[in-house]
Amino acid sequence: MSELLVSRRRLLGAGALGAGALALPAWARGADLHGNESIRPGFDEVSGRDIALTIGEGPRVVQGRRGHAIAVNGSVPGPLVRLKEGQPVQLAVTNTLDEDSSIHWHGLLLPFQFDGVPGVSFPGIKPGETFVYDIPALRQSGTYWWHSHSGLQEQAGHYGPIVVEPAATDPVQADRDYVMLLSEFTPLHPHTIMDKLKKGEGYFNYQQNTWTDDYPLSGEDRRMWARMRMMATDILDVTGSTYTYLANGRGPEEGLEFLFTPGERVRLRIINGSAMTFFNLRIPGVKFWVVGADGQNVRPVEVEEFQIGTAETYDIIVEPTGEARTIVAESMDRSGMAIATLASRPGARASVPPLRDPPLLTMADMGMNHGSGGMDHGGGDMAGMDHSAMGHDMPSQGAAAEPMGGMDMSGMNMRDTSKLPSDVRIGPGIDMVSMNPVDRMGDPGLGLDNVPHKVLNYRDLVALESNDDLRRPSRQMEIHLTGNMERYMWSFDGKKFTAVSDDPIRFAYNERVRVKLVNDTMMAHPIHLHGHFFELVNGAPADRQPQKHTVIVQPGGSATFDLTADEEGDWAFHCHLLYHMHSGMFQIVTVAPRGNQPDVKRVGED
Amino acid sequence: MRLLVAMLFVSTAAPAIAQDHSGHAMPSAQSPAQTECEKEAERHRAMGHSVPEGACAPKAQPTEPAQDGHTGMDHSQMDHSQMDHSQMQGMDHSTMDHSKMEGMDHSAMGHGTMDMTPIPEGAPPAAAGSGPPRAADAIWGADAMRASRNALRTENGGMKVFWFQGDRAEYRAREDSDGYLWDVQGYYGGDTDKFWFKSEGEGAFGEQLESAEIQGLWSHAIGPWWDLQVGVRQDLTGPERTHAVIGVQGLAPYTFELDAAAFLSNKGDLTASVEGELDQRITQRLLLQPRAEVSLSAQDIPELGIGAGLDSVELGLRLRYEIAREFAPYIGVEQEWKVGQSADYARLAGEDPSVTNYVVGVRFWF
Repeated sequence: MSELLVSRRRLLGAGALGAGALALPAWARGADLHGNESIRPGFDEVSGRDIALTIGEGPRVVQGRRGHAIAVNGSVPGPLVRLKEGQPVQLAVTNTLDEDSSIHWHGLLLPFQFDGVPGVSFPGIKPGETFVYDIPALRQSGTYWWHSHSGLQEQAGHYGPIVVEPAATDPVQADRDYVMLLSEFTPLHPHTIMDKLKKGEGYFNYQQNTWTDDYPLSGEDRRMWARMRMMATDILDVTGSTYTYLANGRGPEEGLEFLFTPGERVRLRIINGSAMTFFNLRIPGVKFWVVGADGQNVRPVEVEEFQIGTAETYDIIVEPTGEARTIVAESMDRSGMAIATLASRPGARASVPPLRDPPLLTMADMGMNHGSGGMDHGGGDMAGMDHSAMGHDMPSQGAAAEPMGGMDMSGMNMRDTSKLPSDVRIGPGIDMVSMNPVDRMGDPGLGLDNVPHKVLNYRDLVALESNDDLRRPSRQMEIHLTGNMERYMWSFDGKKFTAVSDDPIRFAYNERVRVKLVNDTMMAHPIHLHGHFFELVNGAPADRQPQKHTVIVQPGGSATFDLTADEEGDWAFHCHLLYHMHSGMFQIVTVAPRGNQPDVKRVGED
Repeated sequence: MRLLVAMLFVSTAAPAIAQDHSGHAMPSAQSPAQTECEKEAERHRAMGHSVPEGACAPKAQPTEPAQDGHTGMDHSQMDHSQMDHSQMQGMDHSTMDHSKMEGMDHSAMGHGTMDMTPIPEGAPPAAAGSGPPRAADAIWGADAMRASRNALRTENGGMKVFWFQGDRAEYRAREDSDGYLWDVQGYYGGDTDKFWFKSEGEGAFGEQLESAEIQGLWSHAIGPWWDLQVGVRQDLTGPERTHAVIGVQGLAPYTFELDAAAFLSNKGDLTASVEGELDQRITQRLLLQPRAEVSLSAQDIPELGIGAGLDSVELGLRLRYEIAREFAPYIGVEQEWKVGQSADYARLAGEDPSVTNYVVGVRFWF
């Protein structure tokens, strides 16, 4: 069967730009950007065992909008770091900013002191200093990314892709191999955005319900939302009202192209490197296969659309036909989109679909699951059900036409704190408690319940290779995602990081724990654990639970993962929405030292 | 397309694809009753009723029934009484397609790996260690780590915010001489505790300031939407009195912005005021804002023209356009009534106890 596989496989790291602009040499630039030199969009590639990266800053212009950017090696995104499984690498990172900086290698398994989180794993990189990340032989392959973990620098452009090539033959074979990194550009300083979020609720939302909107909300629905002091249109905190959505650093009008020859199989490594945006990615008229999630191979799933949370990655295989196809990455609130074209020749274009109508929060997002979106599977032991075989595609959550599903809301307590475990601190930081937080890992994501085609959900993901730790968890724990939209406070268990910085979440070395994340807010949160892969308890057989580093917990619902805590040291654990993290939704996970315990077989090891 | 899948993967991966259901085989000895129970439980769960985990399981579970959660299950133990029907009111059953569920495919349900014993909850084992997270100190040194640790704590939830709002800064056209009014507030602080200041005043052009006051308050969050405010108010006109202030400010259900406070003056007079505003969005930028203010007094204060009981009532309606969220010019009308004894005081002073103001102004914040 191997013979069938193509030998003409090519790896084209950076997205090719049409019209000759693409011949960017793969040399690392210095970071002296203090002239009038603008920061380039797109990225070079760096590889080998010794890699030098320089963090700089300068002006940046996207589609005529001007802002200040932080750039690595002179571009946004910064260079594609191409590594090889089984090989060590030294990355020397020089900071030319006048403030501290850092690089976190998102998804890489490595000693914690090189994970790149100032205040957790290392002191950070001072201005003018060069820090060498000394990473031993890589224990994994796949699609990852890197970004600053200092302040809000990530929003300003301090991020880039990572591809780790497998030591053996890649089970995913393709003729073309492209990275598509999604992010945002804003002319606003990140601290300005944080400030506006704190002061004016709904500041960036220009899709609010009004007297003149055409949302399918009855008067009763509107009064109910007003009574709760919440907004059904609160889908994303920061929107297209300030963001220009980017694909490989380019705005939708800047013509990012991925070339193909009809008949070829194209691998797209989709990375959500945004600060605050969930994207719905689709290629209108084209079905494609999801073959990887967060860098780990999964059994191919044929879909027409998927939602990607901040910091997640998905690898897809597409066989485009025709002259051109548009890749649409629409922000979850449908306030804008990033665009790229699969083009059979430079300059070929397909039509770009208009933005779809903005979605509304539903009953399920309030944690009242009478609809179908989240069925109570009781903690996941029953989650082995194949939903596709069950004909469960009921009009989800009452459909957009009736977002309340005819529910009578009177008398319902949206903040029944007696439902919270005792370790959750009840206070002003909690404005809602999910009444019936069901497992929503079968949910395709906000606004995608009713699209007329197959959308990926977490229950579709099945690991391609067998997991290496099949022990049943010895204990389980529950972590509540809590918040107050009005005050813009976000936390775990009602406690901002400021309150628990000396009280980490602790695991014994090699302990296997089932962690249930319960979302007591009406926003989706992409929760990221550094330095580990956890396995989604999504109904796949125990040995095939998909491994991820980031999991979206849907509003009002829960998500559950099994974790083998076998990477000693301190690791950041946080919501990957930048301003949620910055508001306190951050914790440290401490894995006790290995001591004299025997070595454990780890992911990717023989 | 099946061919394509196969082609995507090198041959070593093929067995994995082929073994789709191998891990799911149901024990052959399973009784029909067990299946019925599971089916029933599943239906209820699908309807959003909580069926407790292991409702189909016997009370005494064998520990770790390897690869066979069904053996020995006693379905008489399934307890429907624990299902919560209380939240069902108004639930629309018509949207659920029960007919489709009959075709539920149990073979794909992974019952083979089901283990119904609950995983215990509990604190981390002793081997998890204790104390603050300080692993990096051993590598980089505690001194080297200190600054970044402190910064991390401040950055992730410890930020302080300064806010200044001109809620009303307006020109008031009325029967007598036209006037002006300011109503500003702001704070500096964190999420829970803030220093809050307020100032309000009005007057007529060409005349002395009619009234003006400034408040300095400690504001403490007492709930998701409410702040308790305690502090001092200084009157800047008339008999310049100082008041102790206690009040609450926040967002009431239906998104009414409320500010209620009681004032005890250095002369021992007790007064109170309640203000409410409601922002009604007509379009994304055009808002209509009804506003009401009621002043109360526990006693007559003749030198201030205030009578006991209900002192005055203001009702206003302002239409504003948000050029930016931070800057919104408005036009509107406001009606003021002096009530009861206060109205008498006003008449005695030769003033009209009822005044209509046509206002134009700007609401801004930064």
